[in-house]
Amino acid sequence: MQDHPDKKTPTSPEGLSRRGFLSSVSAGAVVAVTLKNAPEAPAQEIDASGKAVTINLLVNGSIRKILVEPRWTLVYVLREVLGLTGTKIGCERGECGACTVLIDGKPRYSCMTLAVEAEGHAITTVEGLLVNDQLGPVQQAFAEEDAFQCGFCTPGQIMAVEGLLRSNPNPTLDQIRTGVSGNLCRCGAYKNIFNAAAKAAELRKQKGGSL
Amino acid sequence: MTEFYDKLEESFRNSFEPSSPPDDKMPPWTETQIVGKRLQRVDAYERVSGKAEYTYDVNLPDMVYGAILRCPHAHAIVKNVDTSAAEKMPGVVGVLTGKSPGTDIPWYGVGYGGGPMQSKLFDSHCRYQGEEVAAVAAQTPYQAYDALKAIKVDYEVLSFVVDQDEAIKPDAPKLFDAGNSTGKPMPNQRGSVEKGFAEADVVLEETFSTSVQLHAAMEAHGSVVKWDGDKITIWDSTQGVYDASMLTFARTMKMPYNNVRVICHYVGGAFGAKLELGKYTVMAALLARKSGRPVKLMLPREDTMLAVGNRPNARMTVKAGVKKNGTLTALQLTNVYSPGAYSGAASVGFLFQELYKCPNVMVTESGIYTNVGRARAFRAPGFPTGAWALEQMMDMLAEKISMDPVEFRLKNFTDVSQSRKMPYSSAGLKNCLTEGAKKFGWKEARAANKDTGHIKRGVGMAAGLWMMGSGGPPYTAEVRMFADGGVTLKTGAMDLGTGTKTVACMVAAEELGVPVENIRILNADTAITPYASSSGGSMTLASLVPAVRRGAWIVKRQIMDWAAEALGVPADDLEIRRDTIVSRSNPDKKRTLEQLFRAKGVMDVIAIGNREPNPANKVVMPFSAQFAEVEVNTMTGAVKVLRLVGADDSARVVNLKTYENQVYGGMLQCLGYGLLEKRVMDRKTGKMCNPNLYDYKVPGALDVPVDLDVVPIDLKDNECNNVGSKGIGEPCHVPTAAAIANAIFNAIGVRPAHSPMDNRTILELLGKKKRG
Repeated sequence: MQDHPDKKTPTSPEGLSRRGFLSSVSAGAVVAVTLKNAPEAPAQEIDASGKAVTINLLVNGSIRKILVEPRWTLVYVLREVLGLTGTKIGCERGECGACTVLIDGKPRYSCMTLAVEAEGHAITTVEGLLVNDQLGPVQQAFAEEDAFQCGFCTPGQIMAVEGLLRSNPNPTLDQIRTGVSGNLCRCGAYKNIFNAAAKAAELRKQKGGSL
Repeated sequence: MTEFYDKLEESFRNSFEPSSPPDDKMPPWTETQIVGKRLQRVDAYERVSGKAEYTYDVNLPDMVYGAILRCPHAHAIVKNVDTSAAEKMPGVVGVLTGKSPGTDIPWYGVGYGGGPMQSKLFDSHCRYQGEEVAAVAAQTPYQAYDALKAIKVDYEVLSFVVDQDEAIKPDAPKLFDAGNSTGKPMPNQRGSVEKGFAEADVVLEETFSTSVQLHAAMEAHGSVVKWDGDKITIWDSTQGVYDASMLTFARTMKMPYNNVRVICHYVGGAFGAKLELGKYTVMAALLARKSGRPVKLMLPREDTMLAVGNRPNARMTVKAGVKKNGTLTALQLTNVYSPGAYSGAASVGFLFQELYKCPNVMVTESGIYTNVGRARAFRAPGFPTGAWALEQMMDMLAEKISMDPVEFRLKNFTDVSQSRKMPYSSAGLKNCLTEGAKKFGWKEARAANKDTGHIKRGVGMAAGLWMMGSGGPPYTAEVRMFADGGVTLKTGAMDLGTGTKTVACMVAAEELGVPVENIRILNADTAITPYASSSGGSMTLASLVPAVRRGAWIVKRQIMDWAAEALGVPADDLEIRRDTIVSRSNPDKKRTLEQLFRAKGVMDVIAIGNREPNPANKVVMPFSAQFAEVEVNTMTGAVKVLRLVGADDSARVVNLKTYENQVYGGMLQCLGYGLLEKRVMDRKTGKMCNPNLYDYKVPGALDVPVDLDVVPIDLKDNECNNVGSKGIGEPCHVPTAAAIANAIFNAIGVRPAHSPMDNRTILELLGKKKRG
């Protein structure tokens, strides 16, 4: 039976080398993304405790300056503050993987990451895989292989596969299965998800690009 | 539930068809250009780019967030709710309790046919852990949950019962004044089972049981609501914008239908749990009214596990008789189950009454209320459960008379509906069995050497059908064609991820002779799209695509008539090629749509396609047979499913790509039912031990076989409807768990009568076998 992966628990900022951080930042900037014009959280809506802090989040290549409560999760800030609703909420306790994003190129559960922890790291969401309005290779492979039904777990699956391929461009079937084992699909589209991951590896090579 | 479906089925056959004269019979398609192909979904881009807007994703200006306080006790009376501190919390804009104006709303009718209501929106008598006690709205969800913690509730905690055998005892704690029985069991008998047992050469009796399965859709239940004066817009995570949401909401709130607009373009899974109006929708509406602001109220995962449905347990005692030549003589089922705290379960008996030719069948079912969350419809309600018992018993009988399980089922095959006494429009079960067995390599696999040390291999199979899947009226689609050959389709139908929108576009494209890319579909918005019944019962495709074809056909006929008149050729000599009407006999004779439309002074042609009634003297049902190969580790008890083959008769396949995907998913969800999934209640506290996705185990990527195969069976059913298709979503979900159980028996010689078949269950069975 499936073990719950520890690999997606957020890394502390100290755990990242400066070199890794910078390369993620510059890689993120390669992909120019048009973000939804989301408003900043109005100050009066913040907890009266006065603990709110201003942070700068690097999301899909753009710096977003926002006021957050320290307890706010990254997924909450991405979706409800920045309007990036491609990232989904399934359980809010690190069990289903619907909220998977890349932090410095690695898949992470954004429900288990506080927004304040994410400051200083490069965050990539499913919207960030688009090249202008064109699908990225992993997205394209998921569309072609019908690697979803309801589509709700799909952004998380796509980010898990994107992260897998960034660290391992030629995964075996077993590595693919392990790579998405932290992402539940209740519709049971797994066979097509595995096929899509394999196809995505091919598409990435054809496009000659590894991000 | 059976009665509910019987009534529905009857109405499907007798329904009035408003806009189609009787001489307008559309001929069945012979060859198709688009239908039957393997096409990418029309909404694939939205679903993989993150742009698809689910209810959870709706963010409105000035919106606030709702949250619900739930009873932490299995059984309690709410004596007092003090919200004074919560109301003063930062960000709080509204609080609701059972004392708030407008909340005195009856809830939970008995059964599906209505009947007296058993509870209220906020009932002071809480009958399970998770009943709604209060609700708040605040600027952020964090503030809303802070406010819930500040609500002080004075509970009188009552004694409770979560075990059905305890609950039926005379001195058990009572959920209702009348006691804990859902009603006197009414045996449903045809023929005489006593006579059947007397005629049999072999009579076997065995008790099978199943655990409670939770829907665990990835998107939680919830709604976003916005008032504009006396009109409301609701974004609802639902299986039906009309019946499940708009119509019920309007009746509940005593509002005109027209003042309620419900939208649900994307829903993140449902599986039956979103076929009814949510309390959360009404609470969100009341909070939005109170605060004057839009409200988003999505349930946390734990709430969805506790309070919005499950597939109920079953304890099924089956007695069956068979002659040595394999003829079934009698089937008797006695089922005792608990629907939870309120009515809402489904019959498991129909499969016994319908699947095989058997003159003597008796089904007796009784329900017992317990202090746990209420059951709801769950993908093929009652059927995977019934198959768990019936299809294991069929294998037991086959073994006793030394007959191959496939042969035994073929021997008892029938093409006449046993319960409705009418022939099927197409009865593909025989072909499902034979062609599925062929694809699987059944004979070879069955004969192969299975002993490889402590790991034993086995193969098994099971059959099934689904009582609906015919679809039926009323169901409508609007087809609108522009002069450039572009087409807009509008329908109230849902696309739960089944590919509804894609098959609708394919059927319209096929009938009109235009590419699929020409078609744009708008769905599931009650202010814009015409009526469609809820997506449940595998009825969407078979209801929708005949309506789409009808609408497209009316549009085409109108255009053809104009072209025939303009070109001086008969209309049946003409066809549409993209944006031009061409004579088949003389391709030089042609007119563009632009020319025809301009001559008539119109910009577009619009028609409403209505779903025609189902055949009067035929029964329409889809069938399934599935085959499984497993490995059982006799040292750990672990079961590994190596491969699954599903052979399904849903008649014509519209899109092979989404069809296969649905069969894969149906099989894997039922694999979860058989091997992994189980709601666990703590008898000492009456609370659920595993209301989360870690302790409640749905199949993950490492739990499922990669080797999945699908065999579509199509007997060219020209009677079921004008497209010739039946539903697939549920029949493919019926036999899997039973097929795996039969494979386990084949591997280790012990029968796992209780689901799920986890390691511990298997080891216990093996231990028992060893001890003799």
